[in-house]
Amino acid sequence: MAENNSSRPAERRGPRGHGYQRPQNLWGTVKRLLKYLTRFRLLLVFVLFCLLVSTLGSIATSYMLKPLINNYILPGDFAGLAKMLALMGAIFGLSALCSLVYARTMVRISQETVVVLRQDLFDKLQTLPIRYFDTHQSGDLMSRFTNDIDTVSELINNSLANILTSILTFFGTLIMMFVLNWRLTLITLFFLLLMGFVVKFVGGRSRTNFQAQQAALGSLNGYIEEMIEGQKVIKVFHHEDKAVEHFDHLNAAYRSAATRAQSYAGSMMPAMANLSRINYAATCCIGGLLALRGIFDVGTMGAYLLYVRQVSQPVAQISQQFNVLMAAMAGAERIFAVMDAQPETDDGSTVLVRVEKNGDVLTETDRRTGHWAWKRPDGTLVELRGDVRFRDVDFGYTDEKTVLHNVSLYAKPGQKIAFVGSTGAGKTTITNLINRFYDIQDGVITYDGIDVKEIRKESLRRSLGVVLQETNLFTGTIADNIRYGKLDATDEEVRAAAKLANADTFIRHLPQGYDTVITDNGGSLSQGERQLLAIARAAVSDPPVLILDEATSSIDTRTEKLIEEGMDSLMEGRTVFVIAHRLSTVRNARAILVLEQGRIIERGDHRQLIEQRGRYYQLYTGQAQLG
Amino acid sequence: MLKKLFPYTKGYRLLILGGILCSILESVFELLLPKAMSNIVDVGMANGDRNYILAMGLRMVLLALAALAGGIGAALFAARAGMGFGAQLRQAEYEQVQRFSFANIEHFSTASLITRLTNDVASMQVTLMMCMRIFVRAPVMLITALVMALTISLDLSQVFLVSIPLLGLGVILVITKVGPYFTALQKATDDVNLVVQEDLNAIRVVKSFVREDREREKFARRSEHLRDTAMRAFGFVVIFMPLVTLIMGGTIVAINWIGGHYVFNGLMLSGDLIAFFTYATEILTSLMMVSMVMMMLTRSIACAKRIVEVLDEKPEITDAAADNALTVENGSIRFDHVYFKYHPTAEAWNLDDVSLEIPSGATVGILGGTGSAKTTLVSLIPRLYEATEGTVSVGGYDVKDYTMEALRNGCAMVLQKNTLFSGTIAENLRWGRDDATDEELRQACAVACADEFIDKMPEGYNTRIERGGSNVSGGQKQRLCIARAILRRPKILILDDSTSAVDTATDARIRAGLRTTLPGATKLIIAQRITSVMDADLIIVMDDGRISAMGTHGELMERSQIYREVYQSQQEGVSIDG
Repeated sequence: MAENNSSRPAERRGPRGHGYQRPQNLWGTVKRLLKYLTRFRLLLVFVLFCLLVSTLGSIATSYMLKPLINNYILPGDFAGLAKMLALMGAIFGLSALCSLVYARTMVRISQETVVVLRQDLFDKLQTLPIRYFDTHQSGDLMSRFTNDIDTVSELINNSLANILTSILTFFGTLIMMFVLNWRLTLITLFFLLLMGFVVKFVGGRSRTNFQAQQAALGSLNGYIEEMIEGQKVIKVFHHEDKAVEHFDHLNAAYRSAATRAQSYAGSMMPAMANLSRINYAATCCIGGLLALRGIFDVGTMGAYLLYVRQVSQPVAQISQQFNVLMAAMAGAERIFAVMDAQPETDDGSTVLVRVEKNGDVLTETDRRTGHWAWKRPDGTLVELRGDVRFRDVDFGYTDEKTVLHNVSLYAKPGQKIAFVGSTGAGKTTITNLINRFYDIQDGVITYDGIDVKEIRKESLRRSLGVVLQETNLFTGTIADNIRYGKLDATDEEVRAAAKLANADTFIRHLPQGYDTVITDNGGSLSQGERQLLAIARAAVSDPPVLILDEATSSIDTRTEKLIEEGMDSLMEGRTVFVIAHRLSTVRNARAILVLEQGRIIERGDHRQLIEQRGRYYQLYTGQAQLG
Repeated sequence: MLKKLFPYTKGYRLLILGGILCSILESVFELLLPKAMSNIVDVGMANGDRNYILAMGLRMVLLALAALAGGIGAALFAARAGMGFGAQLRQAEYEQVQRFSFANIEHFSTASLITRLTNDVASMQVTLMMCMRIFVRAPVMLITALVMALTISLDLSQVFLVSIPLLGLGVILVITKVGPYFTALQKATDDVNLVVQEDLNAIRVVKSFVREDREREKFARRSEHLRDTAMRAFGFVVIFMPLVTLIMGGTIVAINWIGGHYVFNGLMLSGDLIAFFTYATEILTSLMMVSMVMMMLTRSIACAKRIVEVLDEKPEITDAAADNALTVENGSIRFDHVYFKYHPTAEAWNLDDVSLEIPSGATVGILGGTGSAKTTLVSLIPRLYEATEGTVSVGGYDVKDYTMEALRNGCAMVLQKNTLFSGTIAENLRWGRDDATDEELRQACAVACADEFIDKMPEGYNTRIERGGSNVSGGQKQRLCIARAILRRPKILILDDSTSAVDTATDARIRAGLRTTLPGATKLIIAQRITSVMDADLIIVMDDGRISAMGTHGELMERSQIYREVYQSQQEGVSIDG
């Protein structure tokens, strides 16, 4: 099921950014994201204030050029000039200070918001049912944490303030230009209109071409990934030339798509900047002519020209930041989609409690007595013994396709029940129903006489130990990994569990013994050693019921022997469900269930099944025939 | 470094030159504007000369239009050259990877090679584009603006003696400090991602042990650490802009004060003063641009380094000593005192003095524990790795005498970790032989027992396989891979644990089929199950890089203790599926 999402080093990321994306439900997403910001309401008002001061400051300093030249420099009023310049310096200082303060505040707000968002997302993931993970690729979920959270963080960190300053600067500057000279402002307005047109036209073209570029990049990178991952097969079949041929084709397609997209995208900035320069030229010329008629002067010209340079920048900025905003909203939308997924439901009210046992009388206690009981909602206690029964159970992963038909079975405390059958017969499915990874469609599963649906999932799973076919370890020490089964286990308990699982010997041979740090899902350990650790992890939790999915296909026989021994000692005195891949583990089982296409076709112990001369007998004697 | 990458600009050098030229023109024309403006103010307005103003205005518009043309030209050239360069670089790197041997691939790891071919190349092509535009533009602007400022007023330009070093100091401070901040940030990010990745992969373990809360705590710790690190890093970065505003403001105040006196005293014209402001801002902004480019360059140098590493890697196995005419005539195999280790620096040999002789057409079973070098042994036959010492011969010739094409045509291997590619089943099978007919495909699949499930698929041989074969089961994948190898009609067929996910009965049928379809081919079968090799002509028992014993089943039962142990352990039970 999770075969193709093997963990990869963080080094590899998908093609960055997804081009221009649009969220589906913009306002809903905005509102929801704003909720995360409400606790910073006051700070945000403060930021807005600082932002206003700093923007107005920079507009004001440009305006001051007019009185500086006209009223002080040209008449030679140096005392006034000094005062004016002191004021100007103060405004510059204030403006810089304010922008520092709001930028730092936004950094803080953004990080504080994102940390909550990230935690909410992760917490939510923990509550989702296994079914969700079956249908969503882990790489896809990963990108919510990487790309999507990043874009949201970038938005709050940078873009929000950027958009606000741009808008303020644009309108503030335009107003001041009107104040300085309305005739010239009409010319500027004409150029701004032209720029708007460029943004719309070139921007639109660049958007469609960008999508084509991303599509070409997607297929090129996809091809590269696939070929490099299969490089060894390419070598073995001497397929190098073919692999290059198709690559060349994709590479050329990407080159031409990217050239087109980048030509449009790259032209945008020079077009805007130079339109602004033509505006500058026109302003100088017409300003000069106006001056001849006495309605313009040098100081005004100086200030106005500063504004001409200032007013065009926000136009490009806003269109750029708008894309960031949209990408962030699309990212936030994807994050919220995960948060809105249906969590695993749990209406169970029976819980697991520690008890003290005096004869037949059970009393609830906090001490570690080694005895457990189910506490029903009415307060009655039922001793945890490990009696599991299936009655007429039907199950399918989807409604259309039933995987298990009419399965009935029982396991009395301490019994070992084995499932035998070919891949896809439904063995793993049965074990997934006991711990309620999935809920059954029809029938009943009881645990110590209680319907498992009435048991709180957390309690149910605590009472079960599981060794899965696919071993997953966590980055950390060996001891930490074993302790995962029981968080408060002492060093002795950890060691005892490892000994029980036959893992102690190899662990002690590691450079740092139990403190050896493993990374990358135990990449430095062999498959067999990882399996032994998984067994130790289940052993330390000391559960009354065990589910073992033996995985031995790629383990050599000697390691397998070790694993078998480990499993055997672990199974002693517990109710065990074992999915057997080798009949040797099965022979001493109390009951062997042979599954085929979701039905139990034979059941009995080894001797009975051999006597039945059915499917089990065939499987068993397949060996005799061949050997 | 850059010298190594320079050849890949071939065919685009004129474009690059043209782009740079356009960039220079844009910058120069742009910076002539303020001076023209000051002429309008100081000459046209001062003298009331309408025609002068009009002429000068027209000139300015023309200059701006020329700058526009230059700017857009630079953008177009840069896009074409950048993407062309990227495509050539990517192609060279990809072709180089195709020349790699297994050892070369492992040296880099698959994931890293993919990054080097995708993200790193992408970063290089963006770098070239930016270089052509900003990197050229920034220094040209800096110099032009400085020259213009100096011509307007040498004295006033002394202001820059203070402001430029001040800004430079700020830039250097930020650049040197910012590196460690961002390294820490990257590490904190990786830590968070690792927890998520592990949690997602192990979600069944987490739920089984009811450890959701522990995972939450683990995540919260890393996530909060990331928050703190990010706050420090970004909190530092945002100091930069206000700092620049401050320096810029100081410069403008100073120019006003000093320049004001000059203007009043008639040493300078007011239009020139206004133009001087413009040049001052341009000088400081272009300085900032230079620093930004520097930051970007340091990042892309890291990418360039990683690409050059791939390009510089020496393909370990080449056809240098090969005879082009030689093909594999028969399937005999000979190992003559072969030693091998994966890492030249490793102390122990992975294969330690292996000698063996296999006659053409024999069926050979290879057994041994994990790490006993079974796979290593057979990998030397199609020369996937090169023997460190000793010689490996196939069909009577040293494997080095064959071209890789000839050798691998004669010798098909089904890898333990095998891959299918996206495409139809038929397309995947034809990897074995391009011109195989549909009938041949069917025959090969019948031998590999793959026909039974292919026929059940709605589209049969035209069923699409997803990338990596993710939509077929492990056993089906293995059977398709075997069929693919059979189609090659090899002289030597190597199956490296290729039926581990196939049940015993099917496994036996496949082996029987191979015997009849490829009677003349030498068949090497690595297996865990003793039943898979029991009936072989020769069984090799490997132990810790050496051949521990060789012989038939009967002989080994007598002679080899390891073999007996394995036999007995499996005799107790039989595996019935994977």
